[in-house]
Amino acid sequence: MTGLAPVPDTGHETVPISSNDDVVRARQLVRSLAQRCKLSLVDQTKLVTAASELARNTLVYGGGGVMRVGLVRRDSRVGVTAVFEDSGPGIPDVDQALTDGWTSGGGLGLGLSGARRLVDDFTLDTEVGSGTQVAVTKWAR
Amino acid sequence: MTERVPVLKIGDVLLVSIQVELEDQVVLELQDDLAARIVESGATGVVIDITAVEIVDSFVGRMLATTAAISRMLDAQTVVVGMRPAVAITLVELGLSLGGVRTALTLEKGLDILARRDTTRPAQR
Repeated sequence: MTGLAPVPDTGHETVPISSNDDVVRARQLVRSLAQRCKLSLVDQTKLVTAASELARNTLVYGGGGVMRVGLVRRDSRVGVTAVFEDSGPGIPDVDQALTDGWTSGGGLGLGLSGARRLVDDFTLDTEVGSGTQVAVTKWAR
Repeated sequence: MTERVPVLKIGDVLLVSIQVELEDQVVLELQDDLAARIVESGATGVVIDITAVEIVDSFVGRMLATTAAISRMLDAQTVVVGMRPAVAITLVELGLSLGGVRTALTLEKGLDILARRDTTRPAQR
């Protein structure tokens, strides 16, 4: 894959996403970082919800993978970046996958498109047959 | 090992108060449990208290909508109570406005809605 997803700079953690339990743990980890960088309660909730959608996608559509998460800095701003990576089938049509209501599985088709609306930065990098990487960042105001 | 969310019965109402971090499997079990308990108990109302729930993602949101639809078919009304403001904002932005789900701010108001509905029905049993 070729994308330039941001890499969390300091003390980032990598956790597996291979069960429903892991999705819960990923959510909790993102929440604790969001609190640490003092995101507002609404922004925390948005980021954790986005992380929950993306972690589930990694599990259900990607066949499992990992989440890398950590604090990031740009100029004087602090944020939380979470990167979800799998080695699954990839997404053949990204535009379609980012359309509200479109799903390749049994979901509502809001996971990916909804997650994008809930965060400040969103990058999606995918290749059919080799996997998908989605990176999201929410900045403290 | 995951725990099931308890379903309590008070009069004609089933009460579910979600106090645990929701794992997908637990969410699906709750949906099934509620449908079974409605039929078994003849309950006319269901209250789902999400005061303690910090995030509602599309999976949980779908469960709330599906549960409301299932209970309607089983002659019971569902009211979701206690949604946090941040959860409401996030759900709408996510694209899920839960159109078919009745909500109330508090448990008390939720029970009021169900009580009012009951008086407009013919006496049962």
